[in-house]
Amino acid sequence: MIESINKKSSINIMKNVLLFLKPFKGKIAVIFISIIIISGLEAYLPVMQKIAIDDFILRGSTQGINLFLMKYMGISMSLLILIYVFISFGGKVEMALVYSLREKAFEKLQYQSFSYFDTNADGWIMARMTSDITKIGEIVAWGFVDMIWSIGFLSGILIMMFKLNYKLALVLIFLLPILIAISIYFQTKILRTQRDVRKINSLISGAYNEGILGAKTSKVLVNEEKNTHAFENLTSRMNRISVRAAMITALYLPMIIGLNSIGLVAVLGIGNNFILNEIISIGTLVLFINYTIMFFDPIKEFSRVFSEMQSAHASFERVLELIHSDLEIKDSKEIVEKYGDICEKKIHNWEKIDGHVEFKNVNFGYHNGEPILENFNLKISSGETIALVGETGSGKSTIVNLACRFYEPTDGSVLIDGIDYRERSQSWLHNNLGYVLQTPHLFSGSIKDNISYGKREATFEEIIGAAKLVKAHDFIVNFTHGYDTEVGEGGNNLSTGQKQLISFARAILKNPSIFILDEATSSIDAESEKVIQDATDILLHGRTSFIIAHRLSTIINADRILVIKDGKILEEGNHGFLMGKKGAYFTLYTRQFTQDEESKLMS
Amino acid sequence: MNYLNKIYTYTKGYGRVYFFSSLAVFGATIFSLLSPLIIKYIIDIIIQNSSISDSYFERSMNFLVGKSLLNTGVLLFTFAVFQGTCLYFKGKLSSIASESMVKSIKDKLYTQLQNVKYNYFNKIETGDLLQRCTSDVETIRKFLAIQLVEVVNIILMITIIFFILINLNLKLSMIVLSIVPLMFVFSLYFFIVVKKHFKISDEAEASLSTVLQENIHGVRVVKAFASEDLEIKKFQSSNKHYSDVTYKLIQLFACYWPISSFFSFLQMGLVLFLGIKWAVAGSVTIGTVIAFGMYVRHLDFPVRNLGRVLSDFGKAAISFERIEEILNNETDFDENEELKKPKIRGKIVFKDVKFSYIDKPVLDGVSFNLDIGETLGILGPTGSGKSSLIHLIVRLYDYDSGSIKIDDIELKEIDKKWLRKNIGLVLQETFLFAKNVKENIGITKKTLDDQDIFAAAKTASIHEGILSFKEGYKTQIGEKGVSLSGGQKQRIAIARTIINDHKILIFDDSLSAVDIETDALIRQELKKKHSSSTTIIISHRISSIMNSDKIMILEDGKISDYGTHDQLKNRDGLYKRILKIQEDGMKEGIL
Repeated sequence: MIESINKKSSINIMKNVLLFLKPFKGKIAVIFISIIIISGLEAYLPVMQKIAIDDFILRGSTQGINLFLMKYMGISMSLLILIYVFISFGGKVEMALVYSLREKAFEKLQYQSFSYFDTNADGWIMARMTSDITKIGEIVAWGFVDMIWSIGFLSGILIMMFKLNYKLALVLIFLLPILIAISIYFQTKILRTQRDVRKINSLISGAYNEGILGAKTSKVLVNEEKNTHAFENLTSRMNRISVRAAMITALYLPMIIGLNSIGLVAVLGIGNNFILNEIISIGTLVLFINYTIMFFDPIKEFSRVFSEMQSAHASFERVLELIHSDLEIKDSKEIVEKYGDICEKKIHNWEKIDGHVEFKNVNFGYHNGEPILENFNLKISSGETIALVGETGSGKSTIVNLACRFYEPTDGSVLIDGIDYRERSQSWLHNNLGYVLQTPHLFSGSIKDNISYGKREATFEEIIGAAKLVKAHDFIVNFTHGYDTEVGEGGNNLSTGQKQLISFARAILKNPSIFILDEATSSIDAESEKVIQDATDILLHGRTSFIIAHRLSTIINADRILVIKDGKILEEGNHGFLMGKKGAYFTLYTRQFTQDEESKLMS
Repeated sequence: MNYLNKIYTYTKGYGRVYFFSSLAVFGATIFSLLSPLIIKYIIDIIIQNSSISDSYFERSMNFLVGKSLLNTGVLLFTFAVFQGTCLYFKGKLSSIASESMVKSIKDKLYTQLQNVKYNYFNKIETGDLLQRCTSDVETIRKFLAIQLVEVVNIILMITIIFFILINLNLKLSMIVLSIVPLMFVFSLYFFIVVKKHFKISDEAEASLSTVLQENIHGVRVVKAFASEDLEIKKFQSSNKHYSDVTYKLIQLFACYWPISSFFSFLQMGLVLFLGIKWAVAGSVTIGTVIAFGMYVRHLDFPVRNLGRVLSDFGKAAISFERIEEILNNETDFDENEELKKPKIRGKIVFKDVKFSYIDKPVLDGVSFNLDIGETLGILGPTGSGKSSLIHLIVRLYDYDSGSIKIDDIELKEIDKKWLRKNIGLVLQETFLFAKNVKENIGITKKTLDDQDIFAAAKTASIHEGILSFKEGYKTQIGEKGVSLSGGQKQRIAIARTIINDHKILIFDDSLSAVDIETDALIRQELKKKHSSSTTIIISHRISSIMNSDKIMILEDGKISDYGTHDQLKNRDGLYKRILKIQEDGMKEGIL
């Protein structure tokens, strides 16, 4: 059962491999031809020694040696050139394949909807994109080459042997299946133990990581000895498995050597008889001896690649799974035709967004989970500021996610300016969106690049304008490189407050019709706090805005406050109205107020 | 060369294993190098029936097997078996030796990280440290398990072949062996040069990963800004860059292989050409030419490989240094020191305690008394020295001057581990281990007793919460498990501490993520179950400390006020100001 599935998926994978290799047909043909010639020439090289013995030494004459030398040089030079050609072309194919797989997979990830990133951990995706694809490139470019070489070389040897003396060749033919069986058995086993070693190695890395991060805690709990003991158990296990892995490898080679020498002795014994009966020449016997010694290399190579292919198989499966994964949110053909997709936006066909947003009988739950929103209705007019308050998990983020079309309702609809947003392209909405995250996410690159992230065609004046508007300009020009300052990986060269302001500038530069603000919970220093507050006011002005609010001033200034609990609107109205009600909002507000003030005093 | 000494210290205890391993290497090499000579003997003496030369080898062969092919065949096979056996022991013994050494390095590192002084972890970068513990150790492992053996093997092989060839034919060997240094120098040179290109390719790969990582991590921003197309372009360019530089690297290898093969072909060509010439002239035998051919092939790979291995030698030295750096740090415990292990009752006395950290004064003359069973609340702004104060109590740091006494014994005279075992301290930053909830709560216990664990969890108000998880107490914590909220983590950390009956309990702002009602509930439970314990609570919340027997206000490393709630609420100062805020909050609410 399992085997048949494997077979099927193997065929499927082969088809896919061929599909990806199609653009490199020409190069692959060159590699294929050169490797065949290489293996043939390499199999022929020992014959030169036979010629030297039979045609020169035994004949006792050096006549024709120039021709012989030229032949040898010709073979050598062809080999050198072909080796260069196949490595160089192999490298081209490897890099091109890796490049195109990564590109395809990355594009897919860009089209992929949010839910994909919920169900697949970042680390999982990273591993597919990096190590798995690398492995595929290696096995396709070099694994197959090694395989062809070993088959070619082995066939070359066999052909030569049969041509010279089939009886002697038959002696070695008997060894062939045994050698192959042993090799495949051991190579597979070696690969498997290597996998065990890697597995336990990652456990050890994990233990180090925990040992470092948890060092303070372990000290306080006086748990050092217990931890050390557990760690030593791990390294002992590692030790055992590694030694076992080494022993399997150490067993493999001697067995091959033993078998080889049996072959050698048989060839010598029978060969000697043949020589006495003048069936073969000494040169031929020497050639057979050399072949017997070389016999093993291609078999070892072949079985190594064979076992590696099994693990590459799994890599390929995972990468294909990513490339062929389904999209949960997908614009229909007609819509893509009219409005374009993410790579080819047909902006000229896009209607302007005023900013009316309406949730109409919306039902929603994250994949197979329990429903978060049930028959949810909400109407927001253009330019209105909505503050969403409520505890973690109440459904605030879900409302925002749906409004942004990061997810779509399972039932009901979300209307933008009265139109179901599923009748427009995703980019149409996203291009009109301004979004500021709770923890600002910047991309490696300059400050300028980061501000113009949502509007690449922006002029430098516009960028400065946006920065000035959110009061980020002053600190930016204080850097030696000003707007060209590198923000570092994830923006880590900047402080949290600075990152926050740049993410504001980035949002405002787009001049969005709908604005989403997920306020930071942790407060930063008082000075930045004030600047960010001002920036927020500027951003919100005259736009439809959703705020997942934590700052009291933001909440108070909102046109409408929604207190959300369990996916329902518990209370609704402006600050004055809700305070008067003395309900949930009142409690939330007073608690928040106290905490804010306390922490102000304490920092 | 210094690190060779260091390696030597690590090999201690495995001397015998290494000795036999070297013996096995020697044996394997000898036996593998004998077979071409035997083949030469067969061709020349047995098949061609030439007369025995006066070489030592041929004479002993003649003595041993005579001119019998069968006997020689048996010998050949026997030698192969010997060779195989030696190879097996070489593999087995060298892996036992190297793996054991690596294990001891790993254990040493881990033990050091467990025992190193507390402040070490303020200075280090986790990523860097982890890298040293993993990839640097791996570099050393490769060095010990593969490279060292390889180099010994290769040098041995080259030397032996050298001697055999010279004995076979001096003139031919001089000419043929002259290629060897060229081959070696070329491959050494190449692998040193190519290192730079490896680095470039690695860097390109790293920046490709960064683009990827930032994209996946920032998927929300990418989508919200409709910047998928920009991301694709960005990725394409670093993808392209990586492809290009790595291709350049492969291109270098495409040049390396033919060039180094050229040397081998040249060698073999010389053997054939001169072999023919001299054999025809009668100065060498066919067997010699054949043996030369075999030895030259034997030499080919080791010589090329020697360059590669030697070019990597520097790496191990650097890794050794980086690991030594960790091991050289001062540890928290002095084995030789005999310190007191008194029964702890819970009286704490601070007298003019001064403490500075990296030349910055943290505590500047702190004095207070705490009697058995009393509760102290500490309030103070960030950086006022609250955490340092309690770190001193468990000797995570030692004070500079003044005196701290527990039950009238000077703290410096008490054994650190003993002290920490008897004082329950819940740290500000919560760290839970990648085990299940039950194992986490019972982490300090030898055996996990459900009763104890449930009781501790109940006191910490987390029992119900744990039961509501799908897998209850078996719920895995950490990367692979559930993500707990900050409050849940803090409460598990409390449960893990109070599971033991400590006479002194300290909470360093360890309920900050728990809501006020639960906070009160936990304190109430604690009071019930641990009424005789001396308790210190650091908090930002007035409600958490206002019922304490004593309240300390700490500002800039000094006690700015000290007293009970009733005393402090009427005195001007931080305490009163915070109280007022609470009241204002209520008022604001009403307005």
